[in-house]
Amino acid sequence: MKRALLSGLAGLAILAPTGAAFSQELTVYSGRGESFVAPVIEMFENETGIDVEVRYGGTAELAALLQEEGANSPADVFWAQDGGALGATQDLFAEIPASVSEDQPDRYKSAEGRWIGTSARARVLAYSPERAPEDTLPESVKDLTAEEWSDRVGWAPTNGSFQAFVTAMRVHEGEEAAKEWVDGMVANNAKTYRNNVALVQAIADGEIDVALTNNYYLGRFKGRDSSFPVEQTFFAEGDIGNLINVAGVGILETSDSKEEAQRFAEFLLTPAVQQYFTSAGNEYPVIAGVIPNATLASVSTVETASPEVPLDELSDLEGTLELLRSANLL
Amino acid sequence: MSPNAAARRPPLLLLVPALVVGAGLAVPLVYLVVRAFSAEWSAVQALIFRPYTATLLLNTLKLTAGVLATTTLIALPLAWLIVRSDLRHKKLLSILAVMPLAVPGYVMAYALIGLSGYYGFLNHFFGLTVPRLQGWAGATVALSLYTFPYVFLNLRAALLGLDPALEETARSLGRSQRATFFAVTLPHLVPALLSGWLVIGLYVLGDFGVVALMRYEVFSFAIYNQYAGAFDRFYAAWLSLMLMALTLGFLVAEGLALRGRRFSRVGTGVARRASLVPLGRWRPLAHAFLALVFAASLGLPLMVILFWFGFGAVEVDWALLRATALRTAGAALPGAVLAALLALPLVVLTVRYPSRTSWAIERLAYFGYAVPPLAFALAMVFFALGLAPFLYQTLPLLVASYALSFVALAMGPVRSALLQMGGRVEEAARVLGRGPASAFASVTLPLLSRSLVAGGMLVFILIVKELPITFLLAPTGYTTLSMNVFARTSEGMLLEAAPYALVTILFSSLFVGLILRYEGGRS
Repeated sequence: MKRALLSGLAGLAILAPTGAAFSQELTVYSGRGESFVAPVIEMFENETGIDVEVRYGGTAELAALLQEEGANSPADVFWAQDGGALGATQDLFAEIPASVSEDQPDRYKSAEGRWIGTSARARVLAYSPERAPEDTLPESVKDLTAEEWSDRVGWAPTNGSFQAFVTAMRVHEGEEAAKEWVDGMVANNAKTYRNNVALVQAIADGEIDVALTNNYYLGRFKGRDSSFPVEQTFFAEGDIGNLINVAGVGILETSDSKEEAQRFAEFLLTPAVQQYFTSAGNEYPVIAGVIPNATLASVSTVETASPEVPLDELSDLEGTLELLRSANLL
Repeated sequence: MSPNAAARRPPLLLLVPALVVGAGLAVPLVYLVVRAFSAEWSAVQALIFRPYTATLLLNTLKLTAGVLATTTLIALPLAWLIVRSDLRHKKLLSILAVMPLAVPGYVMAYALIGLSGYYGFLNHFFGLTVPRLQGWAGATVALSLYTFPYVFLNLRAALLGLDPALEETARSLGRSQRATFFAVTLPHLVPALLSGWLVIGLYVLGDFGVVALMRYEVFSFAIYNQYAGAFDRFYAAWLSLMLMALTLGFLVAEGLALRGRRFSRVGTGVARRASLVPLGRWRPLAHAFLALVFAASLGLPLMVILFWFGFGAVEVDWALLRATALRTAGAALPGAVLAALLALPLVVLTVRYPSRTSWAIERLAYFGYAVPPLAFALAMVFFALGLAPFLYQTLPLLVASYALSFVALAMGPVRSALLQMGGRVEEAARVLGRGPASAFASVTLPLLSRSLVAGGMLVFILIVKELPITFLLAPTGYTTLSMNVFARTSEGMLLEAAPYALVTILFSSLFVGLILRYEGGRS
């Protein structure tokens, strides 16, 4: 009996790995969270019959993993949290035909045509109306290093969107000012969180009073519970803390499913998906003709709030990582 | 040990698998070292010789000390009560005391986090928004609550094997019960305590689920941050090397602490069981202690998970849950079987054909288990990308990595079974005209099968719970239970994580029960 059991197990062991070979057609590396991406992938699979496998991870992690993998990369598409990471990876991307993104404003895609934005978002200040009433909030993100905000601010240094914002600060305000700000925040005991969800949750939990995050996270909480005790706002007009950025995709030069990858990119720009990003995802569309999300500030408000920083200039991810590392944040 | 064991050449059938294990462990680790040293030395110096590294080291040691102290405070009274007092239902209590092993660390951390906060258990029922347990305290509590069974099992075995004559002698010389415990019993428990501490210490060094969720900056957390937030390959490799050095330090420290002590019985006669100590008026206190331990280690995670279940009507995607569970088993089962199959030749080689080579391979297997899984996985990623790209992100590499990482665990039970057996039975079969292979297969193997299965099952549980190796090496799209719980928890979706956490615990509990049955013969 026992011997039968053992040899049965041994047989299984030999069979198991072979039984799990995938009939993969498209492999996506996603720096965006599963809760958000999975429904879109499902729509795409149902519509096209193409099988998609997704590897989830941090945006910077996947950008570096793609560099490490080089020609051996199994990835076909990189779906990143921000334009900066796409810029940093674009030497690995194939050119995307102009026809794919002809409906898009230039602001939302790379000048070289190697990546396209799929949804736009803004950096915001999330706050607790109870402990940090709106009239006490600072004019600029740079004011958060002041004494009065000591121990009260949360941030997520490993998050791709945050890193892109720091890169923008380095470009827009200069290296010195950016370093000074990061060090000032550390000295002010800014609390580190894993990601944006944790930041918004931490305000509700009473751990912090304000947090630097993206505009679409709060909507997820409010959608479940309209009395969720957190609100969000912009800094003064033109402040770097209100940066507009995009999530976007690039197609890998080494991909052997370029056609499917291009279909995927096109799919993300269809009105139906753009409407989903806007209504369900609380982001901003990157094509015209989408019904705006009533719970969000209008696109024009966001565009005036954000300073002009071309996304192509945000590709020095490495420099930002070094800055964050020197502050012991990574 | 058969008398003519020395000076025999081991058969190739044993040597080849052993060498494969040795190479499989050594190559990625060597590759990690090569990777680390290929960096610019000045850049490396700037990264390593800075205050932050000292912080990581200090935090790692603080966490280890905290967990060792807490687990000892839980496990020592627990083991004494279950072995030496006159409590009833000891079999059940023993099982309950081992069960927390089935709770994965990230689930324990998730349960503690789920207690507090705006949506937390306490706020929901009592209107308390307590600050979240996190950092050192959070990580210490979470780790201690599910690792204490390692110390408990060691102490229980030591207490069962203790010769009561020692204590009786001390008592007859006029020492009180308490003084006897501290002067005689406790010193004899030191080796058991040390080996339990070593297991837990290594575990703490390698754990990454708990420290990541509790945000406590120790080495493994920093490695993960490098990987997930920046993926600075050289820095991640260097951090891994530092962590491995610390691991070696723990191994050496334990060896030194045990050197020159003798605890075996001297004299003739048979060891008896000690008579049970009546608890008397201390009974309620003992009951309260047991209730507290089990409520915290088993009740809390189950309660929090069930609470999340009952909280919003979460749409449980049963099909996905089943697929995930199947994928988990599909990687864990071959991993466990492979570990058991590799353990067999390794053990036979070291017990029957001792040589410098076999000793080195055995040590390497133990070191492989001691290497923090995150560092091991990172080494495998670099190795596969650099030297074996066809294996990169494939299921066979994941299964092989599991097996190599845990083979030492499967060796333990097999080794003790083989040593107890001696070589006589097999020699008898040889005298009766059987060849060496046939004699082994017909006589020794059937006697070893029970321990092989027990070892394999132990590995299976650990693979089901395992996070870092799975996280880094799983094929794209091959998500397991542990990846699901961790990903959802870190996205703050505690509700959605609940079914996966529950299935993980059920999976492991089932096997803990089976192992206790398999090993039940030796209480």
